[in-house]
Amino acid sequence: MINLPPAFIYIIGALLIPLIRVRRLQQAVALLIPVLAMATLLRMPQGVYWQVQFLDYELILGRVDKLSLLFAYIFVIISFISMIYAIHIKEMGQHVAAYLYVGSTLGVVFAGDLFSLFFFWEIMAAASVFLIWYNKTPTSLMAGFRYAMVHLFGGAILLGGIVMHISSTGSIAFNPFDLSTLAAKFILFGFLINAAVPPLHAWLPDAYPEGTITGSVFMTAFTTKSAVYVLARSFAGTEILVWLGAIMAVYGVIYAIIEKDIRRLLSYHIVSQVGYMVCAVGLGSEMALNGAGAHAFCHIIYKAVLFMGMGAVIQVTGRRNILDLKGRNLYRKMPITLVLYMVGAFSISAVPLFNGFVSKTMIVAAAGYGHRPVIELMLHLASVGTFLSVGLKLPWGVWFGKPDGSEDEIADVKEPPLNMQIGMGLGALLCVITGIFPQTLYKLLPYEVHFHPYAPSHVVASLQLLLLTLAGFCIYIDKLMAGKKSISLDTDWFYRIFGWTVLLFCRYPLNRFRNLVQLAFADKTEIAARLSKHPYALLEIVWYALIGQEKSMTELLQRTYNEKDYRVPIGIGVCASLIFLFLYALIYMRVAG
Amino acid sequence: MKTIRRRIMLAAILALFLLGLLFPNPHPHFWWQKIPVFDIFFGFFGSILLIVFAKWLGHNWLLKDKDYYNND
Repeated sequence: MINLPPAFIYIIGALLIPLIRVRRLQQAVALLIPVLAMATLLRMPQGVYWQVQFLDYELILGRVDKLSLLFAYIFVIISFISMIYAIHIKEMGQHVAAYLYVGSTLGVVFAGDLFSLFFFWEIMAAASVFLIWYNKTPTSLMAGFRYAMVHLFGGAILLGGIVMHISSTGSIAFNPFDLSTLAAKFILFGFLINAAVPPLHAWLPDAYPEGTITGSVFMTAFTTKSAVYVLARSFAGTEILVWLGAIMAVYGVIYAIIEKDIRRLLSYHIVSQVGYMVCAVGLGSEMALNGAGAHAFCHIIYKAVLFMGMGAVIQVTGRRNILDLKGRNLYRKMPITLVLYMVGAFSISAVPLFNGFVSKTMIVAAAGYGHRPVIELMLHLASVGTFLSVGLKLPWGVWFGKPDGSEDEIADVKEPPLNMQIGMGLGALLCVITGIFPQTLYKLLPYEVHFHPYAPSHVVASLQLLLLTLAGFCIYIDKLMAGKKSISLDTDWFYRIFGWTVLLFCRYPLNRFRNLVQLAFADKTEIAARLSKHPYALLEIVWYALIGQEKSMTELLQRTYNEKDYRVPIGIGVCASLIFLFLYALIYMRVAG
Repeated sequence: MKTIRRRIMLAAILALFLLGLLFPNPHPHFWWQKIPVFDIFFGFFGSILLIVFAKWLGHNWLLKDKDYYNND
């Protein structure tokens, strides 16, 4: 028995939360919503539900199969964990935004038609931008606007594609597309923006570091992974995705190496990790699609743990840059956060016994089975870079680091509130469970799994890779920690500079043009204004022109209307009305007679 | 202390080197997967390559002053 789509459980729940005035009750409801959603998911057999007739089309709000269930499970799980992490927040608007965001993502996952897909897609963008704005700093405000504009642009492109698709095929079903049509290209473009595929990715490292501490944890899970889901659903086996994904994986890694802002560094690793998934979707084999799903599942958990860990650091220290944190020996004061962060870091680095190892390696192996030597090497290289930045550089810089004597003391550093620790702890626990017992995850994948991550040769090779990355890190450790505070240019440069240029254009050339126009019309409008005050002047001007008498126009206009000049005896008025009456009677009698 | 750490590191690398020889990849797809200790070289040179390349790119092009976008 199914009653309410999971998406609406969240959306209705989100709207209920602000109505409850008792804080404890509010918190209980906030935590109960994911539990309800999970209960619904567990009772949902595969099939198609909630068909709604809309105009001439049939909307499908519940296409349930293994692929959509896999993503729905992890979205619900992570929303629960993230809500525990965020439950101390008193500002209810943040919870409302977060749950609208989660609900709309679930709507996307279960959408069986393009209308409802687009509908939820747009709510997702609109709700998530508030998680940035709630940070309430000028930079987050601007970053939020850029984020919103990029996603609205992507949404418009997607809508264009959907409209073209429907008008050419007549069907609104959300199924695999034929990439040779223009409609499919538009739709793919819209999806790629949300998947943060370079060069369309810059919104992600721009916005995620500016979100609230808890809001960013939500954001890491949903937007990009729902894009991976729709790509897997509709563009599996598309060749261009193989290359885009592999480039993405390396691209993010390279940026992360030079990045010093802790959450921006992690954001680049979202780009990198989603690259693995996009690549796997492009490969399109059963193993690759399993890998994409499995990696999305694992990635959502460990990335949340990583963002939670770094969020905790920002919360207690108020600092967000490695250069402000290194050498302060924070590990002494927040050891629990460190350990839990490291579980996430080992997971993303695919250390055996942690969950990244059972999913990422599946994608790399799928590249091998697909005979893609260059792709395999690129993904392999990205693994090296992942451990280097997230597993070594970031924790070393944040919690350890060689003091050089210039460090200031950070006051009152302690572990974050208990609920934040519990959130991190649950995430870390899941990382380890899925890492040690991969079958729990493999059972959920869309196809049968014939992959054994724990083959001895595989484990040894992975350890070799990791250990020698550590060696490379040790050699360059000072170089990686050095530098001054700076920002890294990315493809957002184009629209930021463009926006700035538009502003400059408005301020100078356009304003000058306005001045010119104003000057040219100023005297004309003055004449018009004076004429309207003194309309008789027009007659006088015409009269003097007719009789050929020289009279200055300005002089005529200078005079204001004076009724005494134009006063005539009342008899003339009476006479005129009598003449009109006479004429009227004449015409009337001619017509009537 | 530093030499001890370095020795532990070298010992671990050596151990993994030997383990790599013991457990070669049973299903190699590419020629480099037939080399039993390929990942030792790949990890080492890969990480150095990434660091040097990224640092070079950052230094010469990507990293700008933090007020770069705030010029009014």
